[in-house]
Amino acid sequence: MSTAELPSRIEVEDLLYQEAALLDDWRLEEWLEMLTADAIYQVPPTDVPEGDSRNTLFIIADDAVRIRSRVKQLLGKAAWAENPRSRTRRMIANVRVLGAEGDNILVSANFAVHRMRYESVDTYIGHYDYKLIRDGKALKIRERRAILDNEALRPHGKISFIL
Amino acid sequence: MDKSADNYIMDDQNAGLFRVNRRAFTDPECLAEERRRIFDKCWIYVGHESEVPHAGDYRSRNVAGHPVILVRGDDSAIRVLLNTCTHRGAMVCRQKSGNAKTFQCPYHAWTYNSRGQLVGVPGEESYSEAFKREDMGLVAPPKVDNYRGFVFACFDRAADSLWDYLAGAREYLDLVADQSEIGMKIVAGQQAYSARANWKLLVENSYDGYHGLPTHQRYFSFLSDIGIDFKGRDLAVPARQKAVDLGNGHAVLEYQSAWGRPIAHWVAPFGEDRKAHFEEVRRRFDERFGAERSRRICETSRNLGIFPNLVINDIMAITVRTFYPVSPDYMEVNAWALAPIEESAEDSALRLDNFLTFLGPGGFATPDDVEMLESCQRGYANREVAWSDISRGMKRENPSVTDELQIRAFWRRWNQLMTEPQLRRARKAA
Repeated sequence: MSTAELPSRIEVEDLLYQEAALLDDWRLEEWLEMLTADAIYQVPPTDVPEGDSRNTLFIIADDAVRIRSRVKQLLGKAAWAENPRSRTRRMIANVRVLGAEGDNILVSANFAVHRMRYESVDTYIGHYDYKLIRDGKALKIRERRAILDNEALRPHGKISFIL
Repeated sequence: MDKSADNYIMDDQNAGLFRVNRRAFTDPECLAEERRRIFDKCWIYVGHESEVPHAGDYRSRNVAGHPVILVRGDDSAIRVLLNTCTHRGAMVCRQKSGNAKTFQCPYHAWTYNSRGQLVGVPGEESYSEAFKREDMGLVAPPKVDNYRGFVFACFDRAADSLWDYLAGAREYLDLVADQSEIGMKIVAGQQAYSARANWKLLVENSYDGYHGLPTHQRYFSFLSDIGIDFKGRDLAVPARQKAVDLGNGHAVLEYQSAWGRPIAHWVAPFGEDRKAHFEEVRRRFDERFGAERSRRICETSRNLGIFPNLVINDIMAITVRTFYPVSPDYMEVNAWALAPIEESAEDSALRLDNFLTFLGPGGFATPDDVEMLESCQRGYANREVAWSDISRGMKRENPSVTDELQIRAFWRRWNQLMTEPQLRRARKAA
């Protein structure tokens, strides 16, 4: 099996910081351009963080169709949980390039995402597992899994923005 | 019309008006009274037998404020044990789930077996003869029972049996349980979330057909984007839909729905390659139950509310949802997916996919429900607006799923328990 050449940590950090900025700025159409056509986005349940979405009830398990639908909904007027929109601020840290599996470059990073709305602040804490691929000069996101350390979505209640 | 501020509800059947005093959502004294008159008196859902399939399997969880252990003993019996050492109180089960022959308190090493019996006390010779191990087992709620896999506990010794308590809801639990020939199971993965809202707002919301189109228009536009045709269709086909008061505060909506159902109602987004398989499963239901009941199980959706705090919504997948008040304006919610044990890996993946399109704290619908409940709760800060209206469809002979009959059924029972001058059961016990 061919193995992808690993990017530098700095290149990956640039990608993740750019992603965080787009998401915090609600530039979701531009964020979609960072994903491959077949990208998936998942948030496992807090009690089975290593689960498989095919046999475990996740919080989010979006395929390519649902990611795009989610963005369309969030940018529309009827996603009430995000209308008016939350303010979010993401702290991405401890970025590591873990290795490669075929074309996939495996990356891990810690996150603290603060969500502010109606004068409450909820903090989502955890780490991302990414699968990236090299597409020409750019890196693209093929899989992003946000694994929560929070033991429950309490008092958050929901994940209504893109975590 | 008695609209005294002291009353919780105003129920004028002649005029067709039903109002709920918003104090029921905001008053800490009301919540304290609910704990005594509702949560300590009613049968409360603890878990599903499939969560503890083998001897020694346990789950520790919070049920209506009680830390409990749901455990299958070495005698195969399922028990609910209060998770507190009878010595000085520490919790004897410290893991969320697992398999154990014994539970040993880490504080002084008292040890209980999987039936809750006290089997080990270090330095037992230091106790007097009056101290008896058999008096000191883990405490169980006075009543625990299981209906078709759903395990409930009741803290009122004098309560009716679970069978009687469930009343008309049994028929609807059967429609869920009959979806398997060998038993239903809770799928791995718990959705543990919350809402900054009173718990009864989630009762109302979980079987409120009226909010479907306005609150969830993003879900319906998603369905139409993936090719499910809604033209000329309401949420429900009027001839095949109903709202039923099931007695004892339980109620249900049953309706023909547009979305696919993983049990055996195929829709195009499930894929042409799966159509024949769905038809085969449907034929099997026809054989087992006859055409009418088979159609009901496979094609109709049901939003079932079991008083006071269990929701089983058998819609685009089956969710089991229960919730507890922490304060008048905050609740904890736990939800799971229920599926036939024998379901293939492929069917199970499809079911979970369908579940997540609508349900759960990251779905395309539930977050907006949470938003609406929280919005109601914030609105109640306007104490000058003292009453909410639940009158919809009250004078109709056959209320539809977009009326509010089911919500009134809940409130009438709730009001009865909250306002009985003497608790009937307390008298019976005395």
